[in-house]
This record gives sequence, C-alpha cells and structure tokens, in this order.
Amino acid sequence: MDAEISLSVNGAVRHLTVDTRTTLLDVLREHLAITGPKKGCDHGQCGACTILIDGRRANSCLALAVAHQGALLTTIEGLAQGDALHPLQSAFIAHDAFQCGYCTPGQICSAVGMLDEAARGWPSHVTADLGAEPITLNDDEIRERMSGNLCRCAAYANIVPAIAEVAGR
Amino acid sequence: MNPFRYERAGDAGAAVATLAAAPTGAYLGGGTNLVDLMKLGVATPDLLVDVARLPSDRIDVRADGGVRIGAAVKNSELAADRTIRSHYPVLAQALLSGASAQLRNLASTGGNLMQRTRCVYFRDVTKPCNKRNPGSGCSARDGYHRSLAILGASEACIATHPSDMAVALATLDAIVHVQGVHGERAIPLVEFHRLPGDAPQRDTVLEHGDLITSVELPPSSFAARSAYRKVRDRASYAFALVSVAAALDVAGGIVRDVRIALGGVAHKPWRALRAEQALRGGPATAEAFGAAADTELAHAEPLEQNAFKVPLARNVIVRTLLDLAEER
Repeated sequence: MDAEISLSVNGAVRHLTVDTRTTLLDVLREHLAITGPKKGCDHGQCGACTILIDGRRANSCLALAVAHQGALLTTIEGLAQGDALHPLQSAFIAHDAFQCGYCTPGQICSAVGMLDEAARGWPSHVTADLGAEPITLNDDEIRERMSGNLCRCAAYANIVPAIAEVAGR
Repeated sequence: MNPFRYERAGDAGAAVATLAAAPTGAYLGGGTNLVDLMKLGVATPDLLVDVARLPSDRIDVRADGGVRIGAAVKNSELAADRTIRSHYPVLAQALLSGASAQLRNLASTGGNLMQRTRCVYFRDVTKPCNKRNPGSGCSARDGYHRSLAILGASEACIATHPSDMAVALATLDAIVHVQGVHGERAIPLVEFHRLPGDAPQRDTVLEHGDLITSVELPPSSFAARSAYRKVRDRASYAFALVSVAAALDVAGGIVRDVRIALGGVAHKPWRALRAEQALRGGPATAEAFGAAADTELAHAEPLEQNAFKVPLARNVIVRTLLDLAEER
C-alpha cells in the first residue's frame, strides 16, 4: 500500500510515493540512489545503515519511511562542505581507519552522532560517575559508545584513535 | 514483509479506538523490535497505528519526588535525564547497558516493555514455537536453551524477557499507566508481564487495543542507592545472560530495606521477593547476601545448557549488594 511522504535529505526536500513497507534505508538507496548508507544485516545488529535522523544517529534499516514524514536525514554524502571533508572523514583517512570500507559510512555517521551526545553530557555504560560532566572520551568510552557499529575487517584499532583525534585528544 | 496500512494517531483515545477496531493491527513505537519481527515474518500486522509522536514524550518530576515518564520518551533521552541519573541510577544504568546508542535513539519507553523474546526459535518461522504458534511445541527445551529461563518457566515455554529497563523498573515499584477501550488503569510493573504457563503467546496482561501512556516511578527514600549489573557474552551490545537490579537501604551494617530483581532468567523481570524478605532487618554482609540469593534460587529449575545461570545469578546478586553496601 502506497503512501506520500516528504523528507529532507542532506538539505534537499524530496517528495516520494513509497510502499508502507519501505524503510528509510531502502528509500535512500533504491529510490534516491544515495548509496552511502549500507545494508549489512538489515536487522539493526551491525550499524552499517547508520544515518542521522533529526540530528540523532539511528539504524535506517529499522525505521519505516512512512513513520518519518518531514524528518531531516543526513547521510555520509551530506557531511562534507563542498570539497572540504568533515573532520571525521579526514581523520578516518589519516588513521587508515578502514579496510574494505563497507561499514565506514555508518561508522562516521555514528561518530558524528556520538560526539554530539557526549557534548550534551550523555553518560554511557562505562561512565563510572553518572553525574560527571563534561564527558571525557577516553578509549573505553569511544569503544562502548561505538559498539553499535561492527567492522568485519576489525579496523577498530585505527577507528578509535581517528575518533579520539576529532574528540580533541 | 506482509503489506499493511499505516495510520498516525492524533491522540491516545483515537489510537485506542483505531486499533481496537482492527483485530490484527499493532501499535508502532520506535519500531526497533516490531519492524525486525515483521521482516522475519514473525509479526504480520495488517495495520500499524503509529503512536511514536503522541504527546507523551515528557519526563515530569512531581511535587512528591516521583517521576512520570511518557510512553514515547526515547530510551536514550530517559537514560540521559539528570533526575533519573541522580535519583534512580539503576534505571539509567539498565538503559545504557541495553542495545546500541542508535537503537536507544529510536526505542521508546512503552515499546521497551513490549519487546518480544529473543529465543532463536521464536524468531525462526520454520521451527515449532508455542509463543509464536500456540500448540506447535517448544523447540528450545530439547534444543538451544543456553540463554533461556531458569525461573518460572513452563512445559510450554522457557523464553526470557529481553528488557534491561524493565528489570530496573521492577526494583523501583514502577506503575504502568494504560489506556484501553474501557478507560484508563494502572498496573504495577511486576504484574505487567506474565509467566508463560500454558499461554506463552501472551507476554503481558494487556488486552488488544490497550495503549501504554506512561510509566510512573513512585518517590523512594533509597532508590538513589541503586545499581544495575549485567553479565553477557561480550562487553557491549548483547542481551543479558543474567542481570541484577538492586536498591539498598543500609544503616549501621543492618539492611533496613532492599529491592532486588533479576533479568535474563525468566519470562518476566524476576522480582526476588524471597531474597528481599530474607535480608530485611539482617546484616549487610556477603554471607547474608549469599544466603538470601540461595533462598531465591532454590526455586530455579535449570536445564542442561543454562545451569550456569544459577551460580552466576548468586554471584552477581552478592557483588551488586556488596557494592551498594559500601557506597557512600
């Protein structure tokens, strides 16, 4: 059954007619040819589909498009300013924080959302003092906060310092 | 995925009326569990009534110190709330130990309570499962059951409830507020989820059309000294093998009051009332904590692969209570 929806994708408003079963991931990839977000597990277990929905990181594979009428979506394609890469994109390159690259768009979008959460003072599972602010993003904090993004190449050893650099360490 | 109609509810009353008139419809919250189950063919609603944007997304601190959490509040927002972090740390810790940050940004308070089991046979439509297909049999009892129940199970079902949040809520004497076709009612969290018995298809006491509107935390004199400890197969992003939520009121080495609930061991958050009873008025020592845990776990009926959960639960209860007793 079809539904009419409008989405803002990387700053451009898009009007679409989609089957109600369509996820945001499938809208982006199949309807809008925005293929940065990747379909890994398609069940919310790997994080390859991570995008920002209204500024918050989320698994686009579990988000029904029809339920996100009017949402502001940001994908990896929307992070750079023209030819100027986002600092996390530059840091991933500088630290060789990927091998095959399939999980990378999700990793970077997730890291963008994660840095914002930390800036808001949100604690994590490994934050010893739930009242501690500001949050100090040590390696344990980065690992825990990024645990929703799997990397089958196991580039974690370089992903952590790439994010740490942008976090200001 | 089966085709379905989609409607967005304007308010709770409209949502209840719409779903009550659609016997095979379902509410949609964050969708992190339901959409997954729809992709697997486990859930096949023909109508989704979207309640994710209903105006119950507030966390209200009341004059008496209690807190009212709107059903649409995201798990991430609830865990980050400063009142929850300082007055109900067990709840913030439980939320932060669950799922991933991306999922917590989607998942709602009401939806968290309505999660289905992660028993692998429930999620596999090619296998018998009494919860998914009543009367078809239980594949887990003689199959893979390492992660499943040791307390309160039945011949029909040994599934566990997956929520961390609900285990914390069980220690906080939380109340679930529900709106249904016959009006509003309040259900204690510990009575909200069911044991499987011979009707494991029913996870909760809710009737079709019932909508969770909020979760209420009563004021507590000692919930500020509370904690959640979760044991799992990897350090993050995994369901509990065993978890313990506890709150402790101790003075002069004596337990004045205590709340204990276990996760990963039963079809519902398991409030350890026998252990609590054994501890009240007694010494706050490792020996007493261990004896109380034994009292509770004497009722465990483990199977071959999950027998390890009995000593594991005992040890996690003791460690959690010791940590709380030593807290200043």
